[in-house]
Amino acid sequence: MSKSTVERPVDQPGETFGGTLKRHSQHIIANWLRELALIPVIILLLIIGAFVNSSFLTVTNLLNVAQESAALGLVVVAETLILLTGKFDLSLQSTYGLAPMVGAFLIVSKEGQGLGTQWNPFVGIAIVLLVGLIVGTINGFLVIKLGFNAFILTLAMLILLAGIQVGIVSGRTIYFLPDAFTYLGAQSLLGVPVSVWVTGLIFLLAALFLRYHRVGRAIYAIGGNREAARAAGIHVDRICIGIFMVASVLAALAGLMTAGQVVAVTASQGNNLIFTVFAAAVIGGISLDGGRGRMVGALTGVILLALVTNILILSQIQTFWIDAATGLIILIALGLARVIGTNRA
Amino acid sequence: MREPVDGGPVTNRLTVGEAQGVWKAFGETQALRDVSLDIRAGECHALVGRNGAGKSTLVAILTGLVRPDRGSVTLGTEATPSLADRASWQRLVACVYQKSMVVPSLTVAENVMLNRSIGNDHGIINWRAVRSRARQVMLDWGFDLDVNRLAQDLSVEQRQVVEIARALSVGARFLILDEPTASLEKAAIERLFERIRRLKASGVGILYISHHLEEIYEVCERVTVLRDGARVLSETVSEIKQEDLVEAMVGAAPQRVTEIAAPAQKNESERPRLVISHLHVPTTLGPVEDVSFAISPGECVGLVGLRGSGTATVADAIVGLVKLTSGEMLLDGKRLSGGNVNGTLRQGIAYVPEDRHARGFIPYLGVGENLTLCILDRLSNWGLVSHSRHDRVAADLVDQLSIVSSGLSQQVGQLSGGNQQKVVVGRALARKPVVLIAVTPTVGVDVASKELLLNVIAEAREGGTAVLLVSDDLEDLRICTRLLIMVKGKLVKEYAQQPWSRHEVIAAIEGLAPTGNGTTKEKRDE
Repeated sequence: MSKSTVERPVDQPGETFGGTLKRHSQHIIANWLRELALIPVIILLLIIGAFVNSSFLTVTNLLNVAQESAALGLVVVAETLILLTGKFDLSLQSTYGLAPMVGAFLIVSKEGQGLGTQWNPFVGIAIVLLVGLIVGTINGFLVIKLGFNAFILTLAMLILLAGIQVGIVSGRTIYFLPDAFTYLGAQSLLGVPVSVWVTGLIFLLAALFLRYHRVGRAIYAIGGNREAARAAGIHVDRICIGIFMVASVLAALAGLMTAGQVVAVTASQGNNLIFTVFAAAVIGGISLDGGRGRMVGALTGVILLALVTNILILSQIQTFWIDAATGLIILIALGLARVIGTNRA
Repeated sequence: MREPVDGGPVTNRLTVGEAQGVWKAFGETQALRDVSLDIRAGECHALVGRNGAGKSTLVAILTGLVRPDRGSVTLGTEATPSLADRASWQRLVACVYQKSMVVPSLTVAENVMLNRSIGNDHGIINWRAVRSRARQVMLDWGFDLDVNRLAQDLSVEQRQVVEIARALSVGARFLILDEPTASLEKAAIERLFERIRRLKASGVGILYISHHLEEIYEVCERVTVLRDGARVLSETVSEIKQEDLVEAMVGAAPQRVTEIAAPAQKNESERPRLVISHLHVPTTLGPVEDVSFAISPGECVGLVGLRGSGTATVADAIVGLVKLTSGEMLLDGKRLSGGNVNGTLRQGIAYVPEDRHARGFIPYLGVGENLTLCILDRLSNWGLVSHSRHDRVAADLVDQLSIVSSGLSQQVGQLSGGNQQKVVVGRALARKPVVLIAVTPTVGVDVASKELLLNVIAEAREGGTAVLLVSDDLEDLRICTRLLIMVKGKLVKEYAQQPWSRHEVIAAIEGLAPTGNGTTKEKRDE
């Protein structure tokens, strides 16, 4: 196959077909090990769940779990994209709360605590996404162009946006959302909630985009070695700002999903969500330093957290202890992911 | 024969890159004055010069990162593209920097084809095509590297191959190699030369930057020497002698290093204070191979070498910042515990680190506090720092070193570079150390501060401190009583007493064969 032998790394003995095949499969296994590390854990959880409560392993319950974690999953996709470029966005949780709040506030009637404009609900949905886009643009511009530290800046944005969310409705909850507004979160299609379809589809698209699109690969290059990416002619700043914008729009969409599920927008929607988002991404093998990890991994992270929460609830453990138990399990999962993932890193 | 990818090897004797009468100034500093240079297809053109001679600026201009003030750049037959048009520059010229520009988390194939869509124009990547194109590039140029491996698993040499392959696959036929051998081992360097010869045969023009002159004689046809931003020489390699090359780099006047105190070789009979024997440090931390020497009280030994030659690593190893593979270090006959900075410092070794910003001082603390940081135990009773004693000691040091500040409480971060360095040196001397290890103590400071710092170190030596001065600045070496030269991790030469010839020292630093005897004695091969 090769005509010269300038150098021949020791782990490449001969160029026989079998050898090539073996090497190739080794690559595949090595490359996927981190991502698939959680599969056995998820299977284990399914088994444990089945013993804890007989209603756990039923289609109804599992669909419920999926629906409840669909919005979380979307935010995880958003955060994963940003993490891969080597940046951060804590304010996604506030975008997730503020965007549907602004949209609903503008279109809902007076008795539902809105302004009572009676605009078309689709205008409301457009406003929801627009709020996401604006927030993302501001974050991206400040972090990438003006060089603010992403952690501090998005923390400030988190507090500011959450404050606006409470402020515009004086802490009240908005009810009587129009049907079009709640379709995403409340309806089902072919027996599966629309939100699950949407989140699943976006996971798939994001994964394909990262793997097969030029910009997707550029994201890995940027996160892996910013200088090298710049030297290769990649528009680092443009892509990073774009990712901030896309992520915020996804977070806004997730907020719309949740609003549809609970058929209301509360002033506290989104509180503490970001911790779970980071936990899911990191458990799923996304590196906080950027450039490493895959969407499939992030998805397994979301599934794992969702199953754990569900099992804890079904196990009738005292409500006050659920947070502690979740925290402990996240710690264990992180440790596990690290042990399995280290031979790559 | 296969279709070559993106043009493949072609042979012509055209000029691939040329700079004509280029001038460039950065603020007050004139970095380049009227420099002309041309690189032909199929030749390897060496660019040499001491640090600060203008090599980096010239490379930046040739690769389109910096616009020259005057003069022009021509690449191949095309007029140079605008600075913003990175893609066009990349097609014409590629530079492999010392710093790796490989993305560790991606495969070799992806690194080679980085940011180029293959297939359609919608940016969708055809992985099969990416891999086969990368493989084809490797084959065409005779590189043997599995394109499916992750870059993070590659050796330094293999990463360099990836970068060269990337440059060639874009279509560039003008390659700049910036100190390509700096972090390679001997066998790897041989393979690199083999690759360079093959590239030349295929019609690629190479600008080869290196401090190691013997490499130039091995692979280059022509050589250009820069000194203080001007071209002093451009010659066919086979027609120039090494001495002339060194002379061109250093400057014509063959002046001797002026000595101030002409320190006598005293305390000859006394037991050496610090004995280093057979020191080995792993290559990853900067190679050090079998380095042995001893320093007596009242001696100032200059450890001299190029960056990456291992001199700074030796200093780090003595202080305990770097773990040894093997070797022994004795201080007054007692073993030094390698790898334990605290322990080492407590035994009376003071350290002036290479990078003062990273390790030297604490910018938000005052001058006084920084100066006394290491001796707080001596200034305190039962853990309470005595302020009067603290201030007295600090004021003495400020006086001794003429540190210019608004007061003992001024933050060190606000001082000028020279004064910051004085604080670092002052802190090291505050303990009255038995051994002082100073790494490039005068880098980046003004002439007056430099003079003062050197005098203070010389005084400490006269006071009985054993000094190890790591530097490649010939000015610094005037206070030394002895010089040790390191090349690529090994001690190669020793100059036992002043005065030594500037030329000989530089030739030795650059790794050249000895050109004369004089005061020189060849270091035995242990």
